[in-house]
Amino acid sequence: MIVFKDICKTYIMGDEQVHALDHANIHIKQGEFVSIIGPSGSGKSTLMNIMGCLDTASSGEYYLDGMPIERYSEKALAKIRNKKIGFIFQSFNLISTMTAEENVELPLIYQGVRASERKARVKEALEMVDLYSRRGHTPNQMSGGQQQRVAIARAMAAKPSLFLADEPTGNLDSATGKQIMSIFKELNKQGNTIVLITHDDSVACQAQRSIRIMDGKVSDIAYDENGEQVAPMRGGTV
Amino acid sequence: MFIQSIKMALKSIMSNKMRSFLTMLGVIIGVFSLVVLVSLVTGATGSITDSINELGTDQIDVDISDVRGVPISLEELRTDIASIESVKAVAPQTYGVGEVTSMTKSVRAVAIGTTPELAEIQGIKLEAGRFFMNPDLDNNTNVIVVSHELAVDVVGRSDCVGETVKLGGRSFTIIGVMEKQSNSMMMLMMGTPYRAYMPYTTLVRLIPGKDMSVWSFSVSAVDDLDQAEKDIQEYMIRRFPGDEEGYSIYNESQISDQMGKITGILSILLGGIAGISLLVGGIGIMNIMLVSVTERTREIGIRKAIGARPSVIMLQFLIEAIVLSVMGCLIGIGFSWLAMQLINMIGKVSFGLSPVVVIVAVLFSMGVGVVFGLYPAKKASAMKPIDALRFN
Repeated sequence: MIVFKDICKTYIMGDEQVHALDHANIHIKQGEFVSIIGPSGSGKSTLMNIMGCLDTASSGEYYLDGMPIERYSEKALAKIRNKKIGFIFQSFNLISTMTAEENVELPLIYQGVRASERKARVKEALEMVDLYSRRGHTPNQMSGGQQQRVAIARAMAAKPSLFLADEPTGNLDSATGKQIMSIFKELNKQGNTIVLITHDDSVACQAQRSIRIMDGKVSDIAYDENGEQVAPMRGGTV
Repeated sequence: MFIQSIKMALKSIMSNKMRSFLTMLGVIIGVFSLVVLVSLVTGATGSITDSINELGTDQIDVDISDVRGVPISLEELRTDIASIESVKAVAPQTYGVGEVTSMTKSVRAVAIGTTPELAEIQGIKLEAGRFFMNPDLDNNTNVIVVSHELAVDVVGRSDCVGETVKLGGRSFTIIGVMEKQSNSMMMLMMGTPYRAYMPYTTLVRLIPGKDMSVWSFSVSAVDDLDQAEKDIQEYMIRRFPGDEEGYSIYNESQISDQMGKITGILSILLGGIAGISLLVGGIGIMNIMLVSVTERTREIGIRKAIGARPSVIMLQFLIEAIVLSVMGCLIGIGFSWLAMQLINMIGKVSFGLSPVVVIVAVLFSMGVGVVFGLYPAKKASAMKPIDALRFN
């Protein structure tokens, strides 16, 4: 479902070349719950941006559902983001002037879904995160946890093939964080593919598998059901 | 998607009411001045044109000012024009100015000496009495037909047929009173609403040595006006050979045309000035849209991340600019309407909003919205989602 082949991303900062991603090879299957873990500056944001089709790689190939992403135009990428990827950000990224309901509805409007169906899907998604009763509230009338749940509902409503979460619990207290994590687990149980980016080992170990990233290079770890590390794998191809 | 964009635009305009209003103010003032100025000119033109038409567009005036003092005689003219098919009738007009007095009051009036034909040529309508007739002419009777205003201001009432007034030391019997005229043009030409028509024979006696210098011709058919003018011109050339300075020919449609040209130029000029202020309003919109795009960079990033195509973002901001300017335009038209009502009330006129200028204003402000919204919208749509998302 997700295939990174020798992905490199190079930035030029002043006179220096920074290799944010250095020949990364990743393979994520349909229905997997994978965490990507690494300290800040390790290249995990770059990884997430490329995986989320927000940015393109300097070299290498990225296949999402078999589609060669680097060959698409910005217009086509917007469509792919809209239909295939559900983003959940650390800072929630809800539109502050819109209510919870309108925020969840927005990707459906961009998909061109009819009004009656939009309404039904918004209701379904908000009920799933238990916030339908607060649908008329704007983000600044809600707590961080509630905002993040709205953001998850927004991602869910679009019925994406990949949930891409960037430090979703980073701005939340641990109790709320747990709540959010349980929603992800529930989503995964329903067969959704989830990629979760974090710097926190205790969050990362809740996934079935972790991909560790360090200085732009990736390596793989697998966990058993109790969150115990099963076998560290070698760097490079996973 | 289009309806959604309009909803979003309205929402973002409403979320910042004060700023939106100030932005619109430029357009409001521009549209207001455009609509009011052009409507005023159009309204004034309309009433002037109406006045001119009331004077009779089938009338041709010839001013004969022969320096040798051999003016043409009425009999001669009558005989001569009988053979000109396009001309129906002719009447002389001789002017004098004098005090018209009753027992109690006195006004300075224009006395016009003429023949009964003038009533027909100029379409003079009476509210009481009659116009004088040929016997009055032959006997140079002291009878006058007065304007409504003269009757009211000198005698004190308009049904004053049979009353006597004094003019130039003689007593005149009022035999007719003209209808009250709203005709501002006649007033403009005569300089006074006080007019008294009398047989030219009487006037010539009143002012010895007075020549008949102005002749009014009526044409057989309105369509023949040009032909009649040509025929009269030819006749004058024959009658006054080698003396082209000795006469001049006017017709009302020429005045009408001239007036139309002047007001047309005035409309364009005033409209142009107002249009410039609309453009300035447009620049205001562009300015605020640019600020808005920068302020909402993060929102643009979010929208792009969740799948808004560049064209959708572009449309959103473009529509916002158009909605701003069209809303300003509509408010401006509303204010113009109020202003026109006020002008009508105070000036006792009935000028309406010119529909043409209203349509022009709406289209123009839409155009302003598009032109000045395009650059900010393009800027928003061209943002890379990743950069926009990082913006704080």
